[in-house]
Amino acid sequence: MEHIDAIAALQDPVRRRLYEYVVAQGREVGRNEAAEAAGVTRTLAAHHLDRLTEAGLLESGSRRLTGRSGPGAGRPAKVYTRARAEWAVSLPGRDYRTAAELLAETAEQAGLDAELCAAARRRGEALRGAAAPCGGLDEAMETLAARGYEPHLEEAEDGADGVVRMRNCPFHAVAERFPPLVCGMNLALLEGLLGADGAVRARMDARPGECCVVVEASKNNID
Amino acid sequence: MTASAHGAHLAQLNIATLRHPLDDPRLAPFVELLDPVNSAAEGSPGFVWRLVEEGTADATGLRPAGEDVIVNLSVWESPESLWDFAYRSGHLDAMRRRREWFERHVEAHLVLWWVPAGHLPTVDEALERLADLRAHGPNPRAFTFASSYTAAEAAEHHRAVAAQPAPSE
Repeated sequence: MEHIDAIAALQDPVRRRLYEYVVAQGREVGRNEAAEAAGVTRTLAAHHLDRLTEAGLLESGSRRLTGRSGPGAGRPAKVYTRARAEWAVSLPGRDYRTAAELLAETAEQAGLDAELCAAARRRGEALRGAAAPCGGLDEAMETLAARGYEPHLEEAEDGADGVVRMRNCPFHAVAERFPPLVCGMNLALLEGLLGADGAVRARMDARPGECCVVVEASKNNID
Repeated sequence: MTASAHGAHLAQLNIATLRHPLDDPRLAPFVELLDPVNSAAEGSPGFVWRLVEEGTADATGLRPAGEDVIVNLSVWESPESLWDFAYRSGHLDAMRRRREWFERHVEAHLVLWWVPAGHLPTVDEALERLADLRAHGPNPRAFTFASSYTAAEAAEHHRAVAAQPAPSE
Protein backbone atom coordinates (compact mmCIF):
# COMPACT_ATOMS: atom_id res chain seq x y z
CA MET A 1 0.00 0.00 0.00
CA GLU A 2 1.39 3.36 -0.99
CA HIS A 3 1.35 5.90 1.81
CA ILE A 4 -0.78 8.26 -0.24
CA ASP A 5 -3.43 5.54 -0.73
CA ALA A 6 -3.55 4.87 3.01
CA ILE A 7 -4.08 8.53 3.76
CA ALA A 8 -6.60 8.92 0.92
CA ALA A 9 -8.72 6.24 2.62
CA LEU A 10 -9.51 8.85 5.29
CA GLN A 11 -11.09 11.24 2.81
CA ASP A 12 -14.50 9.62 3.27
CA PRO A 13 -16.13 11.46 6.22
CA VAL A 14 -17.76 8.37 7.75
CA ARG A 15 -14.52 6.43 7.51
CA ARG A 16 -12.67 9.32 9.08
CA ARG A 17 -15.13 9.51 12.01
CA LEU A 18 -14.74 5.78 12.59
CA TYR A 19 -10.96 6.01 12.46
CA GLU A 20 -10.84 8.93 14.87
CA TYR A 21 -13.19 7.18 17.27
CA VAL A 22 -11.17 3.95 17.34
CA VAL A 23 -7.89 5.85 17.79
CA ALA A 24 -9.27 7.98 20.62
CA GLN A 25 -10.31 4.94 22.67
CA GLY A 26 -6.78 3.53 22.95
CA ARG A 27 -8.17 -0.04 23.13
CA GLU A 28 -9.92 -2.61 20.94
CA VAL A 29 -13.26 -1.37 19.65
CA GLY A 30 -16.11 -3.58 18.37
CA ARG A 31 -18.25 -2.90 15.30
CA ASN A 32 -21.44 -2.12 17.22
CA GLU A 33 -19.72 0.41 19.43
CA ALA A 34 -17.99 2.12 16.49
CA ALA A 35 -21.23 2.22 14.48
CA GLU A 36 -23.06 3.86 17.37
CA ALA A 37 -20.31 6.43 17.91
CA ALA A 38 -20.22 7.36 14.21
CA GLY A 39 -24.01 7.37 13.88
CA VAL A 40 -24.15 4.82 11.07
CA THR A 41 -25.51 1.30 10.68
CA ARG A 42 -23.48 -1.67 11.82
CA THR A 43 -23.18 -2.94 8.24
CA LEU A 44 -21.81 0.35 6.95
CA ALA A 45 -19.42 0.63 9.91
CA ALA A 46 -18.16 -2.91 9.28
CA HIS A 47 -17.52 -2.10 5.62
CA HIS A 48 -15.54 1.04 6.40
CA LEU A 49 -13.64 -0.49 9.32
CA ASP A 50 -12.50 -3.32 7.04
CA ARG A 51 -11.47 -0.80 4.37
CA LEU A 52 -9.40 1.04 6.98
CA THR A 53 -7.79 -2.27 7.94
CA GLU A 54 -6.99 -3.06 4.29
CA ALA A 55 -5.43 0.39 3.97
CA GLY A 56 -3.14 -0.39 6.93
CA LEU A 57 -4.58 2.30 9.19
CA LEU A 58 -6.30 -0.11 11.60
CA GLU A 59 -5.54 -3.63 12.75
CA SER A 60 -8.32 -6.11 13.33
CA GLY A 61 -8.61 -9.11 15.59
CA SER A 62 -11.35 -11.12 17.15
CA ARG A 63 -12.41 -11.26 20.74
CA ARG A 64 -15.36 -12.46 22.77
CA LEU A 65 -16.66 -9.15 24.00
CA THR A 66 -18.58 -10.84 26.83
CA GLY A 67 -15.27 -11.61 28.52
CA ARG A 68 -16.27 -15.27 28.77
CA SER A 69 -14.59 -18.16 27.02
CA GLY A 70 -15.29 -21.79 26.28
CA PRO A 71 -18.50 -23.36 24.95
CA GLY A 72 -21.54 -21.10 25.23
CA ALA A 73 -19.49 -17.92 25.39
CA GLY A 74 -20.72 -16.84 21.97
CA ARG A 75 -19.01 -16.18 18.66
CA PRO A 76 -15.91 -13.95 18.79
CA ALA A 77 -16.59 -10.42 17.57
CA LYS A 78 -14.31 -8.50 15.25
CA VAL A 79 -12.42 -5.71 17.01
CA TYR A 80 -10.22 -2.88 15.74
CA THR A 81 -7.26 -0.88 17.04
CA ARG A 82 -4.90 1.61 15.44
CA ALA A 83 -2.17 -0.02 13.38
CA ARG A 84 1.36 0.44 14.71
CA ALA A 85 2.70 1.59 11.35
CA GLU A 86 2.87 5.30 10.64
CA TRP A 87 2.09 6.97 7.33
CA ALA A 88 3.48 10.18 5.91
CA VAL A 89 3.33 11.87 2.56
CA SER A 90 5.65 14.62 1.40
CA LEU A 91 5.30 16.37 -1.94
CA PRO A 92 7.88 16.84 -3.27
CA GLY A 93 9.66 13.89 -1.66
CA ARG A 94 11.50 14.92 1.50
CA ASP A 95 13.06 12.72 4.16
CA TYR A 96 13.13 14.51 7.49
CA ARG A 97 13.09 11.23 9.40
CA THR A 98 16.51 10.19 8.17
CA ALA A 99 17.77 13.68 8.94
CA ALA A 100 16.28 13.48 12.45
CA GLU A 101 17.84 10.06 13.07
CA LEU A 102 21.27 11.16 11.90
CA LEU A 103 21.13 14.33 13.99
CA ALA A 104 19.94 12.37 17.03
CA GLU A 105 22.66 9.76 16.56
CA THR A 106 25.27 12.49 16.39
CA ALA A 107 23.86 14.34 19.42
CA GLU A 108 23.78 11.04 21.34
CA GLN A 109 27.40 10.24 20.51
CA ALA A 110 28.52 13.76 21.36
CA GLY A 111 26.54 13.73 24.63
CA LEU A 112 24.60 16.86 23.72
CA ASP A 113 21.54 16.16 25.90
CA ALA A 114 21.73 19.43 27.83
CA GLU A 115 22.15 21.53 24.69
CA LEU A 116 19.28 19.76 22.93
CA CYS A 117 16.99 20.22 25.93
CA ALA A 118 17.85 23.92 26.13
CA ALA A 119 16.97 24.34 22.43
CA ALA A 120 13.73 22.38 22.92
CA ARG A 121 12.72 24.52 25.89
CA ARG A 122 13.37 27.68 23.87
CA ARG A 123 11.30 26.28 21.00
CA GLY A 124 8.42 25.48 23.37
CA GLU A 125 8.55 29.00 24.75
CA ALA A 126 8.61 30.44 21.23
CA LEU A 127 5.56 28.36 20.27
CA ARG A 128 3.71 29.73 23.31
CA GLY A 129 4.73 33.22 22.23
CA ALA A 130 3.34 36.07 24.30
CA ALA A 131 0.67 33.88 25.88
CA ALA A 132 0.68 33.43 29.66
CA PRO A 133 1.69 30.04 31.07
CA CYS A 134 -1.00 27.41 30.62
CA GLY A 135 -3.92 28.14 32.95
CA GLY A 136 -5.27 24.66 33.63
CA LEU A 137 -5.63 21.06 32.50
CA ASP A 138 -8.38 21.84 29.94
CA GLU A 139 -6.21 24.44 28.26
CA ALA A 140 -3.26 22.04 28.40
CA MET A 141 -5.36 19.37 26.62
CA GLU A 142 -6.17 21.80 23.81
CA THR A 143 -2.54 22.84 23.42
CA LEU A 144 -1.34 19.23 23.42
CA ALA A 145 -4.05 18.08 20.99
CA ALA A 146 -3.03 20.82 18.55
CA ARG A 147 0.50 19.41 18.57
CA GLY A 148 -0.65 15.83 17.94
CA TYR A 149 -0.14 14.33 21.41
CA GLU A 150 -3.72 12.93 21.65
CA PRO A 151 -4.21 13.86 25.31
CA HIS A 152 -6.78 12.22 27.56
CA LEU A 153 -7.63 12.83 31.18
CA GLU A 154 -6.83 9.97 33.54
CA GLU A 155 -9.02 10.18 36.62
CA ALA A 156 -7.33 9.61 39.95
CA GLU A 157 -8.62 6.65 41.94
CA ASP A 158 -9.04 8.53 45.21
CA GLY A 159 -11.05 11.45 43.84
CA ALA A 160 -8.00 13.73 43.65
CA ASP A 161 -7.23 15.71 40.51
CA GLY A 162 -6.43 13.53 37.53
CA VAL A 163 -3.47 13.82 35.22
CA VAL A 164 -3.35 14.36 31.48
CA ARG A 165 -1.69 11.45 29.70
CA MET A 166 -0.93 11.28 25.98
CA ARG A 167 -1.56 8.38 23.63
CA ASN A 168 0.76 9.61 20.90
CA CYS A 169 4.43 10.53 20.83
CA PRO A 170 5.02 12.89 17.89
CA PHE A 171 8.69 11.84 17.93
CA HIS A 172 8.01 8.11 18.24
CA ALA A 173 10.40 6.66 15.64
CA VAL A 174 13.38 8.69 16.86
CA ALA A 175 12.41 8.31 20.52
CA GLU A 176 12.47 4.52 20.13
CA ARG A 177 16.07 4.67 18.90
CA PHE A 178 17.39 7.24 21.39
CA PRO A 179 14.97 7.22 24.33
CA PRO A 180 16.76 9.28 27.01
CA LEU A 181 17.90 11.90 24.50
CA VAL A 182 14.63 12.35 22.61
CA CYS A 183 12.28 11.86 25.58
CA GLY A 184 14.32 14.44 27.51
CA MET A 185 13.95 16.79 24.53
CA ASN A 186 10.19 16.16 24.47
CA LEU A 187 9.86 16.98 28.17
CA ALA A 188 11.83 20.21 27.77
CA LEU A 189 9.71 21.22 24.76
CA LEU A 190 6.51 20.70 26.75
CA GLU A 191 7.91 22.54 29.75
CA GLY A 192 8.54 25.54 27.49
CA LEU A 193 5.18 25.20 25.77
CA LEU A 194 3.16 25.04 28.99
CA GLY A 195 5.31 27.47 30.96
CA ALA A 196 7.36 26.79 34.05
CA ASP A 197 5.52 28.73 36.76
CA GLY A 198 1.91 28.31 35.70
CA ALA A 199 -1.03 26.30 36.98
CA VAL A 200 0.15 23.05 35.39
CA ARG A 201 3.45 21.28 35.10
CA ALA A 202 4.82 18.57 32.86
CA ARG A 203 6.86 15.74 34.30
CA MET A 204 8.21 12.48 33.00
CA ASP A 205 6.16 9.38 33.87
CA ALA A 206 6.85 6.91 31.08
CA ARG A 207 4.63 3.89 30.48
CA PRO A 208 4.59 1.31 27.69
CA GLY A 209 2.66 2.49 24.65
CA GLU A 210 2.24 6.16 25.65
CA CYS A 211 4.09 9.46 25.55
CA CYS A 212 6.73 9.75 28.31
CA VAL A 213 5.20 12.89 29.83
CA VAL A 214 2.15 13.58 32.02
CA VAL A 215 0.72 17.00 32.76
CA GLU A 216 -0.78 17.73 36.18
CA ALA A 217 -1.83 20.65 38.35
CA SER A 218 1.22 22.31 39.89
CA LYS A 219 1.61 21.35 43.54
CA ASN A 220 2.54 24.89 44.57
CA ASN A 221 -0.62 26.22 42.94
CA ILE A 222 -3.06 24.26 45.06
CA ASP A 223 -4.44 26.45 47.83
CA MET B 1 7.11 -15.40 26.55
CA THR B 2 8.72 -16.56 23.32
CA ALA B 3 12.20 -16.12 24.77
CA SER B 4 11.37 -18.06 27.90
CA ALA B 5 9.79 -20.77 25.78
CA HIS B 6 13.23 -21.29 24.22
CA GLY B 7 14.78 -21.55 27.67
CA ALA B 8 16.81 -18.39 27.15
CA HIS B 9 16.97 -15.18 29.13
CA LEU B 10 18.45 -11.83 28.17
CA ALA B 11 21.44 -10.55 30.16
CA GLN B 12 22.48 -6.91 30.09
CA LEU B 13 25.52 -5.05 31.31
CA ASN B 14 25.90 -1.32 31.29
CA ILE B 15 28.76 0.66 32.70
CA ALA B 16 28.91 4.34 33.62
CA THR B 17 31.90 6.50 34.45
CA LEU B 18 31.13 8.77 37.40
CA ARG B 19 31.83 12.47 36.91
CA HIS B 20 32.25 12.85 40.68
CA PRO B 21 32.61 10.42 43.59
CA LEU B 22 29.34 8.79 44.72
CA ASP B 23 29.42 10.70 48.03
CA ASP B 24 29.80 14.06 46.25
CA PRO B 25 26.71 16.29 46.66
CA ARG B 26 26.47 16.56 42.87
CA LEU B 27 25.76 12.81 42.74
CA ALA B 28 23.18 12.95 45.55
CA PRO B 29 20.14 13.01 43.23
CA PHE B 30 21.44 9.84 41.53
CA VAL B 31 22.16 8.08 44.83
CA GLU B 32 18.66 8.95 46.08
CA LEU B 33 17.17 7.24 43.03
CA LEU B 34 19.10 3.98 43.48
CA ASP B 35 16.78 2.24 45.96
CA PRO B 36 13.45 3.26 44.37
CA VAL B 37 14.62 2.48 40.85
CA ASN B 38 16.14 -0.86 41.86
CA SER B 39 12.89 -1.76 43.66
CA ALA B 40 10.95 -0.77 40.56
CA ALA B 41 13.17 -3.05 38.46
CA GLU B 42 12.53 -5.98 40.76
CA GLY B 43 8.79 -5.35 40.51
CA SER B 44 8.82 -5.08 36.72
CA PRO B 45 7.28 -7.77 34.51
CA GLY B 46 10.04 -10.05 33.18
CA PHE B 47 12.67 -9.16 35.80
CA VAL B 48 14.82 -12.20 36.68
CA TRP B 49 17.94 -11.09 38.59
CA ARG B 50 20.32 -8.24 39.20
CA LEU B 51 23.86 -8.12 40.54
CA VAL B 52 24.14 -6.96 44.15
CA GLU B 53 27.30 -6.63 46.19
CA GLU B 54 27.14 -8.89 49.24
CA GLY B 55 25.83 -7.04 52.27
CA THR B 56 24.57 -4.03 50.27
CA ALA B 57 21.46 -3.13 48.25
CA ASP B 58 23.21 -2.55 44.93
CA ALA B 59 26.39 -3.06 42.92
CA THR B 60 27.72 0.50 42.99
CA GLY B 61 30.53 -0.53 45.37
CA LEU B 62 31.89 -3.08 42.90
CA ARG B 63 34.31 -1.47 40.49
CA PRO B 64 35.51 -4.28 38.20
CA ALA B 65 35.85 -1.97 35.18
CA GLY B 66 37.78 0.85 36.85
CA GLU B 67 37.82 2.87 40.05
CA ASP B 68 35.26 5.42 38.88
CA VAL B 69 33.18 3.06 36.71
CA ILE B 70 29.97 1.62 38.17
CA VAL B 71 28.42 -1.50 36.66
CA ASN B 72 24.84 -2.60 36.31
CA LEU B 73 24.32 -6.28 35.46
CA SER B 74 20.88 -7.89 35.24
CA VAL B 75 18.87 -10.67 33.60
CA TRP B 76 15.41 -10.37 32.01
CA GLU B 77 12.93 -12.74 30.41
CA SER B 78 12.95 -10.87 27.09
CA PRO B 79 14.28 -7.76 25.35
CA GLU B 80 10.78 -6.27 25.57
CA SER B 81 10.67 -6.60 29.36
CA LEU B 82 14.09 -4.95 29.71
CA TRP B 83 13.15 -2.21 27.21
CA ASP B 84 9.91 -1.41 29.02
CA PHE B 85 11.73 -1.10 32.34
CA ALA B 86 14.69 0.87 30.98
CA TYR B 87 12.78 3.32 28.81
CA ARG B 88 9.07 3.12 29.70
CA SER B 89 9.15 3.38 33.51
CA GLY B 90 10.42 5.77 36.17
CA HIS B 91 13.93 4.67 35.15
CA LEU B 92 13.70 6.87 32.02
CA ASP B 93 13.58 10.01 34.15
CA ALA B 94 16.92 9.01 35.70
CA MET B 95 18.33 8.22 32.24
CA ARG B 96 17.31 11.69 31.08
CA ARG B 97 19.72 13.20 33.61
CA ARG B 98 22.65 10.87 32.81
CA ARG B 99 24.93 13.67 31.57
CA GLU B 100 24.78 15.40 34.97
CA TRP B 101 26.25 12.32 36.62
CA PHE B 102 28.22 10.30 34.08
CA GLU B 103 30.94 10.90 31.54
CA ARG B 104 30.12 10.45 27.90
CA HIS B 105 31.39 7.12 26.59
CA VAL B 106 33.11 7.00 23.24
CA GLU B 107 32.90 3.21 23.12
CA ALA B 108 29.83 1.01 23.69
CA HIS B 109 28.67 1.09 27.30
CA LEU B 110 25.71 -1.29 27.09
CA VAL B 111 25.76 -4.90 25.90
CA LEU B 112 23.02 -7.53 25.64
CA TRP B 113 23.43 -11.28 25.25
CA TRP B 114 21.40 -14.46 25.68
CA VAL B 115 22.01 -16.82 28.60
CA PRO B 116 20.36 -20.17 29.38
CA ALA B 117 17.42 -19.62 31.74
CA GLY B 118 18.70 -20.12 35.28
CA HIS B 119 22.27 -19.04 34.47
CA LEU B 120 23.45 -16.00 36.43
CA PRO B 121 26.24 -14.24 34.53
CA THR B 122 29.44 -13.31 36.33
CA VAL B 123 30.98 -9.86 36.11
CA ASP B 124 33.93 -11.31 34.14
CA GLU B 125 31.56 -12.92 31.66
CA ALA B 126 29.71 -9.63 31.27
CA LEU B 127 32.90 -7.63 30.68
CA GLU B 128 33.97 -10.20 28.07
CA ARG B 129 30.70 -9.60 26.21
CA LEU B 130 31.26 -5.87 26.30
CA ALA B 131 34.79 -6.38 24.96
CA ASP B 132 33.34 -8.62 22.20
CA LEU B 133 30.85 -5.91 21.22
CA ARG B 134 33.56 -3.26 21.20
CA ALA B 135 35.93 -5.41 19.16
CA HIS B 136 33.53 -6.91 16.62
CA GLY B 137 30.41 -4.74 16.63
CA PRO B 138 26.94 -6.20 17.26
CA ASN B 139 26.84 -9.96 16.67
CA PRO B 140 24.81 -12.90 18.05
CA ARG B 141 27.18 -13.18 21.06
CA ALA B 142 27.01 -9.52 22.08
CA PHE B 143 24.57 -6.95 20.74
CA THR B 144 22.56 -3.81 21.48
CA PHE B 145 18.92 -2.75 21.32
CA ALA B 146 19.51 -1.05 17.97
CA SER B 147 21.11 -4.19 16.47
CA SER B 148 19.61 -7.11 18.32
CA TYR B 149 19.58 -10.86 17.74
CA THR B 150 16.99 -13.41 18.82
CA ALA B 151 17.76 -16.32 21.15
CA ALA B 152 17.28 -18.65 18.17
CA GLU B 153 19.87 -16.71 16.13
CA ALA B 154 22.33 -16.84 19.03
CA ALA B 155 21.79 -20.60 19.45
CA GLU B 156 22.32 -21.12 15.71
CA HIS B 157 25.52 -19.07 15.87
CA HIS B 158 26.86 -21.13 18.78
CA ARG B 159 26.04 -24.40 16.98
CA ALA B 160 27.86 -23.17 13.88
CA VAL B 161 30.91 -22.15 15.93
CA ALA B 162 30.94 -25.46 17.83
CA ALA B 163 30.86 -27.42 14.56
CA GLN B 164 34.04 -25.73 13.33
CA PRO B 165 37.61 -26.58 14.39
CA ALA B 166 38.65 -24.49 17.39
CA PRO B 167 39.94 -21.11 16.24
CA SER B 168 43.36 -20.05 17.41
CA GLU B 169 42.20 -16.74 18.96
